[in-house]
Amino acid sequence: MSALPNKKDKFVVVGSQADHAEKINKPSLSFWKEAWLHFKKNKLAMFGALLLIVLITMAAIGPHIVKYDYATNDLMNSNQPPSKEHWFGTDDLGRDVFARTWEGARISLFIGIAAALIDLAIGIIWGGIAGYKGGRVDEIMMRIADILYGIPNLLMIIILMVVLGQGLGTMILAMTITGWIGMARIVRGQVLQLKTQEFVLASRTLGADSRRILFKHLIPNSMGPILVTLTLTIPTAIFTEAFLSFLGLGLNPPLASWGTMASDGLPALEYFPWRLFFPATFICLTIFAFNVIGDGLRDALDPRLRK
Amino acid sequence: MEKLLEVKNLEVGFQTYGGYVQAVRGVSFDVNRGETLAIVGESGSGKSVTTQAIMKLIPMPPGEIRNGQILLDGEDLVPKTSKQMEKILGQDVSMIFQDPMTSLNPTMRVGAQITEVILKHNNVSKETANKKAIELLELVGIPRAEERVRQYPHQFSGGMRQRVMIAIALAANPKLLIADEPTTALDVTIQAQILELMKSIKKEVGSSIIFITHDLGVVANVADRVAVMYAGQIVEIGTVDEIFYDPRHPYTWGLMASMPSLETVDEGQLEAIPGTPPDLTNPPKGDAFAPRNPYALQIDYEEEPPMFQVSPTHFAKTWLLHPEAPRIDPPEAVLKNRRKLAGTFEKPVMVMEV
Amino acid sequence: MKEKLIEVKGLKQYFNIGSPNEVRAVDDVSFDIYKGETLGLVGESGCGKSTTGRTIIRLYDATDGEVLFKGEDVHGKKSKKALKEFNRKMQMIFQDPYASLNPRMKVADIIAEGIDIHGLAKSKKERMEKVYKLLETVGLNREHANRYPHEFSGGQRQRLGIARALAVEPDFIIADEPISALDVSIQAQVVNLMQQLQKEKGLTYLFIAHDLSMVKYISDRIGVMYFGKLVELAPSSVLYQKPLHPYTQSLLSAIPLPDPDYERNRVRKTYDPAVHNYAAGEEVKMREVAPGHWVYCSEKEFQQHKATY
Repeated sequence: MSALPNKKDKFVVVGSQADHAEKINKPSLSFWKEAWLHFKKNKLAMFGALLLIVLITMAAIGPHIVKYDYATNDLMNSNQPPSKEHWFGTDDLGRDVFARTWEGARISLFIGIAAALIDLAIGIIWGGIAGYKGGRVDEIMMRIADILYGIPNLLMIIILMVVLGQGLGTMILAMTITGWIGMARIVRGQVLQLKTQEFVLASRTLGADSRRILFKHLIPNSMGPILVTLTLTIPTAIFTEAFLSFLGLGLNPPLASWGTMASDGLPALEYFPWRLFFPATFICLTIFAFNVIGDGLRDALDPRLRK
Repeated sequence: MEKLLEVKNLEVGFQTYGGYVQAVRGVSFDVNRGETLAIVGESGSGKSVTTQAIMKLIPMPPGEIRNGQILLDGEDLVPKTSKQMEKILGQDVSMIFQDPMTSLNPTMRVGAQITEVILKHNNVSKETANKKAIELLELVGIPRAEERVRQYPHQFSGGMRQRVMIAIALAANPKLLIADEPTTALDVTIQAQILELMKSIKKEVGSSIIFITHDLGVVANVADRVAVMYAGQIVEIGTVDEIFYDPRHPYTWGLMASMPSLETVDEGQLEAIPGTPPDLTNPPKGDAFAPRNPYALQIDYEEEPPMFQVSPTHFAKTWLLHPEAPRIDPPEAVLKNRRKLAGTFEKPVMVMEV
Repeated sequence: MKEKLIEVKGLKQYFNIGSPNEVRAVDDVSFDIYKGETLGLVGESGCGKSTTGRTIIRLYDATDGEVLFKGEDVHGKKSKKALKEFNRKMQMIFQDPYASLNPRMKVADIIAEGIDIHGLAKSKKERMEKVYKLLETVGLNREHANRYPHEFSGGQRQRLGIARALAVEPDFIIADEPISALDVSIQAQVVNLMQQLQKEKGLTYLFIAHDLSMVKYISDRIGVMYFGKLVELAPSSVLYQKPLHPYTQSLLSAIPLPDPDYERNRVRKTYDPAVHNYAAGEEVKMREVAPGHWVYCSEKEFQQHKATY
């Protein structure tokens, strides 16, 4: 064996290094860290996230960086086109459209996020209990949801507006009264699927109560679809608000939301297009941002869709 | 014997978030006409990836065939496009998968799934294809075949579905049948039936078979030759008798010794192989099995062993066969089955390639 | 007389009762498990072996019959406290190492779940000490505590499942196909670990599996199930040498052994339930053919078995 000169001393038995073999060299990655790595690779979703950050930042600081107030009338300067003074122009009462746009962003985003969070809370509890308890409880709870779902949405909203009066609270209530059902169905489906998994059985044999099983095992493992649904509920709520405001069922002036601004701007479309253009553009951008983030999350959070 | 398939120095890798996985690290073997080669190894040993590479079923990216040749009847499959592969798959090479529950289309009649393959690869009429489908179902031992062709997969039991899968795989008379753990999901009595079926098919149809499994009992039953894989490499290859009655690689010893036998009433512990298989994003230096090998030599931790030939058909990749190496006897469980086989060389010979 | 830890009496578990697709998963099964022994339960998929295990540990409510644990009925009405105590004494190891650990929890929290539920640790420090000790017991080390299940191999995960079960210091463990999803080289590790723990802690096992060679190795006695019924129960070596029920015989003849010569000459028997040819009204039940060797048979078959034993 000329290939191996002077290697006699290498041929001694040293045995295994089993302890070494148990070692895990890879860095520890939690589910969320790994999901983030996947999300980061999705350029469109990252663009959406960036866009959303810009929108939220502007909603926070936007009204303060111009010297105009969103509610102050200045009839001398009504319907000004965008200029150095008024970056997005002014409306028919001379209010600064830039300030109003970001004030509107606050309201639109607030409505969207509030509605989505309320949906989330009710949906998780309702769907979680229905799915976990199963049988009769499930049957009754889901039938109630079906009945609520059957009531025409617009009708319900109009009735609520008439009874409770127009306003932010009514708007959110109107949206969540049936909005949670979608979330409840998602959660129930997940829970039904997960509750027969062996890790849930293991927890049951250890003596865990329903609460622990639901909140330690079932819900955390449903977070993927829940989060995706959540991010897709927000733009729907924003759009619904805009739509209702557009119909005149929304907020009262001088409160501005993108919906009311668009509604005000429509009659003046031919002469003062910026009054519609800005709020409409930002509605689109926001909805776009949430949608691509939702899609990105869906891919990142579902191991089956990961490459 | 005539070679049907030659795999030469195959290297397959995958880009993952955890790093680059070297799933197959220089595998060479060949399959003769009409023989069954069993590839044994644990999950992650690269046995499935190797055969998926032969079928070009590896998703690229993230996977890639980094190196090597796959010669089927002398023709290299590696550079072929997926369009060209379509012609080969089903006709020259076909595959039977592990899970008969998910590998059939639930919305298509069983007969239609068979005739689809026949029609694709043969220029025959629909009636002829139908007749062939019934013949195939009879061949794989499905009773009342005329009736059964019109049924849907859910009307078949697990064992029957696996028979249907075999019928589909045979539909275009492939030269090579790749069976990836075809009996793992089945019960022992059904497994025994399927194994008998595959052996009789080999005899009747004359196809070569690559049979992937981790069950040594199954290997002993079906194989003519056996390749043992570990950490993306073939560590030992030989005829079924050579592998079972005169294994040379310490990993093969470990596999044999870790299985309890039925006859012996043994007390005491099983000879488990300690530890876990290595992480192939960053394979260990030297012999990948060394950290789990109680007989590991100093050199195993430093240099990858070459292949040693111990008979015209038997090769093992371990430093223990080196003339400088100390004489080490395999564990008791292997020793008691060891036989002197005809054709074994006096001394192992170091070779570069199989 | 050996002490009985578990007595299963006339256990029945039916699903979809009353509907056309009623399934009699477990149909009138009775057996005892002695303290410190391993009882193997084998059979093919759908024979009810897993359901039997799950019913014993109360994952399902039994349709009929009793399960006694140290003479106490497991399925009777119980206070929450008694139930918790029972949960501590009886534990389970599951089949699928990928599905049996919550992917969103750290290893430390998975293992400590029983400790948390039963309040077995007084402080955070004590809890972690226990976790480290359990990890070491199953051959892993403390640095694994902060990792997530998906970072482990199948064999390591199965050992984590064992550590989780051990955390509550049980007397009796039901192992539901604990090795069938593992590689051969890893199966022996897990089996060795289970045997070593049995010796050290005096555990009693119900070992459910379809791999007969491993079952034979680990079990003291073996029960064979077929379509919801226990058809044969005997000490493991006796069962392999003198299988009486034709189903047991067919099952044994189907096991492939790692011996090419044996495989070439193997004669496989098939089981056809029609061979019994039971007459209407004939009483078919478990009968003791030889001490400790029970077979499900009719009186006529019983006499035949006895004559030829």
